Amino acid sequence: MGNILNEIGIENYIFLSVLLFCIGVFGVLYRRNAIIVFMSIEIMLNAVNLLFVAFSTYHQDAEGQVFVFFSMAVAAAEVAVGLAILVSVFRNLGSIDIDNLKNLKG
Amino acid sequence: MSPILITFYFLAAITLASAFLTIYSKNPIHSAIYLIICFFSIGGHYLLFNAQFLAIVHIIVYAGAIMVLMLFTIMLMNLNKEDEVHKPRITRLGAIVVFIVMSIVLVTIFINSKTIVGEYDTSGEDFQSIKKLGNVLLNEYMVPFEYASVLLLVAMIGTVLLSKKEKSGK
Repeated sequence: MGNILNEIGIENYIFLSVLLFCIGVFGVLYRRNAIIVFMSIEIMLNAVNLLFVAFSTYHQDAEGQVFVFFSMAVAAAEVAVGLAILVSVFRNLGSIDIDNLKNLKG
Repeated sequence: MSPILITFYFLAAITLASAFLTIYSKNPIHSAIYLIICFFSIGGHYLLFNAQFLAIVHIIVYAGAIMVLMLFTIMLMNLNKEDEVHKPRITRLGAIVVFIVMSIVLVTIFINSKTIVGEYDTSGEDFQSIKKLGNVLLNEYMVPFEYASVLLLVAMIGTVLLSKKEKSGK
């Protein structure tokens, strides 16, 4: 089987990842619901993972995919801890609106 | 256009549309379901690269574990209603401007960057079967692999500690 990038081209994957990453940034800035902010962070992580796999195929090298495994492990740990923090925030404040979290503001 | 290119455009359209709908839909449950569609289409991209193991792991970890955790949290907090107050208009406008400017700048950078000269590397050598990946992961990346397990253990302990109910009158 030939290289898939001969048919598609690495540029298309770069553009797809860039747009996906920008959508994630937009979500972090646009929404107030903390869970949606988390989902946006997941979208950004996935954009980066997709580009890692694309360049792993481009260089015909497995190390890019190995890095994606580590990034997935970190994402799983991050989501678990983040959702636990959200649950305790919800228990204390009664909402997970991120604009309410300004006790440290001077 | 070759069938592979058509498949790519189809998958890319699904990915971008469902990622955008994740952010745009008001109900958090709908957001979670759109995000699952987005993850499945990214898994499709991995399959297109012939990275089978990564595609399966991606589906299991993201669509299986992470999204179940998120849906569980949404239902635990009883958030499945559309009562979210919007951010102030100026902040939303700023977010849209940042999104448009960032997309334009990054896409322009990559359009104007040096294009690839010649053909891609097609040696046909096996580099992404499970056997190869396991060899690389457990030989060269042995220590980071162990650190990943330590990280997951620490995350698990931290999660249990954080979500434990505090005793009253402490």
